[in-house]
Amino acid sequence: MGRMTFIEHDGTRHEVEIEADKSLMQHAADNMVPGIDADCGGECACGTCHVIVDHQWFAKTGAINGNEKQMLEMTPEGAPTSRLACQIEVTDALDGLVVHLPEFQM
Amino acid sequence: MSISTLAMNLSARVVPMQWQIKAAHLAQKTLDRIGLAAKIPEFVESPLPDVSTLAIEDIDVSNPFLWRQGLWGSYFKRLRDEQPVHFQKNSPFGPFWSVTRFDDILFVDKHHELFSAEPIITLGDQPAGLAIETFIAMDPPKHDKQRQAVQNVVAPKNLKEMESLIRQRTQEVLDNLPVDQPFDWVSSVSIELTARMLATLLDFPYEQRRKLVYWSDVAAASPETTGGQVERDEFFPVVAEVAQAFSQLWRDKAARQNAGEEPGFDIISLMLNNEDTKDLIHRPMEFLGNLALLIVGGNDTTRNSMTGGVLALNKFPQEFDKLKSNPALIPNMVSEIIRWQTPLAYMRRVAKVDVELNGATIRKGDKVVMWYASGNRDERAIDNPDDFIIDRKGARNHLSFGFGVHRCMGNRLAEMQLRILWEELLERFDRIEVQGEPEYVQSNFVRGYTSMMVKVSNKNRS
Ligand code: HEM
Ligand code: FES
Repeated sequence: MGRMTFIEHDGTRHEVEIEADKSLMQHAADNMVPGIDADCGGECACGTCHVIVDHQWFAKTGAINGNEKQMLEMTPEGAPTSRLACQIEVTDALDGLVVHLPEFQM
Repeated sequence: MSISTLAMNLSARVVPMQWQIKAAHLAQKTLDRIGLAAKIPEFVESPLPDVSTLAIEDIDVSNPFLWRQGLWGSYFKRLRDEQPVHFQKNSPFGPFWSVTRFDDILFVDKHHELFSAEPIITLGDQPAGLAIETFIAMDPPKHDKQRQAVQNVVAPKNLKEMESLIRQRTQEVLDNLPVDQPFDWVSSVSIELTARMLATLLDFPYEQRRKLVYWSDVAAASPETTGGQVERDEFFPVVAEVAQAFSQLWRDKAARQNAGEEPGFDIISLMLNNEDTKDLIHRPMEFLGNLALLIVGGNDTTRNSMTGGVLALNKFPQEFDKLKSNPALIPNMVSEIIRWQTPLAYMRRVAKVDVELNGATIRKGDKVVMWYASGNRDERAIDNPDDFIIDRKGARNHLSFGFGVHRCMGNRLAEMQLRILWEELLERFDRIEVQGEPEYVQSNFVRGYTSMMVKVSNKNRS
């Protein structure tokens, strides 16, 4: 199985193992990665699972739908490669994925 | 935009805003006199029946005394169990649907393309003759633009700048509380702290801060919107006063900036420096609406969570012991307080198309009320929902801030204020005892307290 890395704003790294049928948000939650609140439990309705995807990985994380785009526009921490982790479906194709956590979740 | 709003906007450049509002008040009084104005419901309190004695279609959860009489819990439980999407066809606020389960509420809140937040998010309509425009009651894309223009004032980066000031102002209030003798927590702590915070956000004259509280109390409590107790003859003059004070604040700020002063972190400075809002003063109903939204949004809600937390810890004393032995639980407890209290009972929507929801057919144009207060006690989504558990797992997964594009903009500010309050309280006091029953607000919207007597004892002496 593959691995993915979350990097906190202060540089702390968290490596997690890829598990089938789980979103990126669930991977963070199940591995106690701090800095992802996920207040709505993965419904694309709170914006508190915001991550900034490493440039070279961005295209591989899949398409952004209208709802996600709208929620992302509401975070002042937004960046060009921002995603909501609950909307990223994890497969083995993401083996090696690196995402950065924003300083704050809104 | 209504014709009257358009007229107000057009005349804004020549006629001061407060005169226009006085004119609207006069026009309304005239309509009243000749019997043409919409009838304002009158609410007189009497004991409400036990819900088990009512036919399901007669249950009316818009009653503004349900909260005060402590019956909301049983009324909503019956709806959740028997008819989770429930229609009440003749309430004083007109016919409306109640959505009472957690998952259904989330569905409605998420789907702004099915359910509109316009024209207003309370059960009843705004007082006639005054169509104030705020982005909490606008749909995308207009909503998104307006929100983006002001949200930086409460964004976490700005909050970090404000934290030490808010802490210092909290310490001053707590250091001056009477010890070992009863006092009113609502007035001395909850209202005082929120007034200080609002004055900080707006850079409003600090000595006049209690005015902000009074204004927003009046704004949220007219009988036709929420079943509250404010008379129209009190409402209109207050709106005129607010308009005058805020216009003044705006013009002063603008003048100081033009003279070269650095813009501050306050809301007016931010609006003056944003392309979309820098001319807002020429659109009075929107100008008033946006400022009113910030003071009303940040007033009752935080205040009643400050009171609700103390009440909850008194009803569940073992949780207070848990807290004292582990203050690291404060952030989790703050979320639990906000869930347990649910300061705003609901938000209202209007169906834009016919929608099937959990067995009910909602028709285009129907009013739909998302009862957060009920969803936060939904056994299907939350374990032991009536219990207050400060180390509850998943405490952040509550409905009190809503979800979707309208999700509370001030949620981080509210959490920060409550966290600071509890950190500073634990530093000082060993006991915070509620004396007798608190007094409850009359409203179907605000779940609040008008007074609550408490006695505190110092940590060191006892
Ligand atoms: C515990 C405290 C608070 C609670 C429970 C609360 C609750 C809510 C709720 C339920 C909504 C509507 C959500 C929806 O429609 O889905 C909302 C929106 C809003 N709140 Fe709060 N609020 C609180 C504190 C604050 C504070 C401190 C401020 C500002 C200073 C604030 C400003 C706003 C604004 C501007 C909106 C409109 C957002 C939009 O429409 O995009 N709130 N709040
Ligand atoms: S968990 Fe709420 S948007 Fe992702």
